[in-house]
Amino acid sequence: MINIIQTTIGAILTLSIFSFLYKDNPLYRIAEHLLIGISVGYIIGQQYHMGFMNYVITPIFKEGQLIYLIPSFIGLMYLGFFSQKTSWLIRFPIAISLGIGAGYGIPYTFQASIFIQLRETLTVFSEPGITGFGIFSGVLFLLGVFTAIVYFFFSWKHRGVVGIVAKVGIYFLMIGFGASFGLTVMGRISLLIGRFLFLFKDWLHIIS
Amino acid sequence: MKRQIPLMLVLTLGIIYFFVPLVSIPWVVDNLQYEVFNKWLKIIGVFAVIMSVASLWRRNAVKIKRKSGDYAYSYLELIGMVLMAALAIIAPRWNIGNGMVLGGIGGNSVYNWIFMNMQVPMQATMFSMLAFYIASAAYRSFRARNIEATLLLITAAIVMIGRVPLGENIYQFMLKLNGGEAAAFQWSRIFDFQGITQFILDVPNAATKRAIGFGVAMGMLATSLKIIFGIEKSWLGGTE
Repeated sequence: MINIIQTTIGAILTLSIFSFLYKDNPLYRIAEHLLIGISVGYIIGQQYHMGFMNYVITPIFKEGQLIYLIPSFIGLMYLGFFSQKTSWLIRFPIAISLGIGAGYGIPYTFQASIFIQLRETLTVFSEPGITGFGIFSGVLFLLGVFTAIVYFFFSWKHRGVVGIVAKVGIYFLMIGFGASFGLTVMGRISLLIGRFLFLFKDWLHIIS
Repeated sequence: MKRQIPLMLVLTLGIIYFFVPLVSIPWVVDNLQYEVFNKWLKIIGVFAVIMSVASLWRRNAVKIKRKSGDYAYSYLELIGMVLMAALAIIAPRWNIGNGMVLGGIGGNSVYNWIFMNMQVPMQATMFSMLAFYIASAAYRSFRARNIEATLLLITAAIVMIGRVPLGENIYQFMLKLNGGEAAAFQWSRIFDFQGITQFILDVPNAATKRAIGFGVAMGMLATSLKIIFGIEKSWLGGTE
């Protein structure tokens, strides 16, 4: 019985959202606002148990680690948001998070997004037992990276040789965007198939 | 002072934390990296959630108070939010039959039941609906007007065919016409949509993603430096 109730609720909400394909209507709006409310409520529950209880209440009040009163006090400054007079207080927790994040992010970005990526780009031919097709792919890969970077390089005008290289870069970018588009469409289609399977298999039992 | 102290904090912490991942002094790793970076920031983040929830609450409460537009839907938003929060935080863990408990966030809780049977179907449907809009937008805008647009169109078509069984069926049919794997000249290879898709994803697509990735990384570095040195101040908000 509980299975029938839960699939029926899910199916009604699914159909309510699909009704937007016809036009904006109250059923869709109900489902949309319910989705936002439930999603926020879900985050509150997760943050309370996984964040507040695990990192604030348990360490401070159960384990007596009073050091965590400092970040809690900094975090409490966010509540200054409730009054216009104290709203400037929220700059402190933001400043601390931003400062630490920005400072820590610089060497990390250099390491993970530039050095490692550059090494992987320049060592495409170093694979043991590389075939002729592998070399061709490697050359094409290097050409793609180089020309696409040149396209994004605006310190020189895209004229002459630079213009030709940038043009090749655009072709590579278009192929890349086409592939990303195709993958996105197929991802959404598989989600759509999932919803139809839910409606016709799990709910209506029309297909086995 | 209300602006200067936060700016000084960003500068000081930014410079200190620039060196934190670069040194391997145990005290720095234990305190600045593990303790402050991993734990303190999480604690501060928990309180940020309170602010964002309060902001959503205020937006809906104002709408209801002024009875503006479609304010009735705001009740639903608040009811959904309060119900889920109450079930997770306040509700007692009573057994309500069918192996379910009223409170808490466990796998057998009402909170989780609502998430699995209401939130998940709604969110999946929202995302799946984009298939219609993407298809519609593609139908209206995909025209082979020039080389760039043609490349985009052909690549998207190949990748889409290469990701469904139809692509493999076409290839198998063509392979049969070609005389099978043993044929001397494998012209059917041009219909190997799965293989071509993989090549597109591994080479030109990966190459452009890497180039874009370099650009993004440079942008992140520049933004981080601008924040640390106080050139970017929009996060301060207001003028006071």
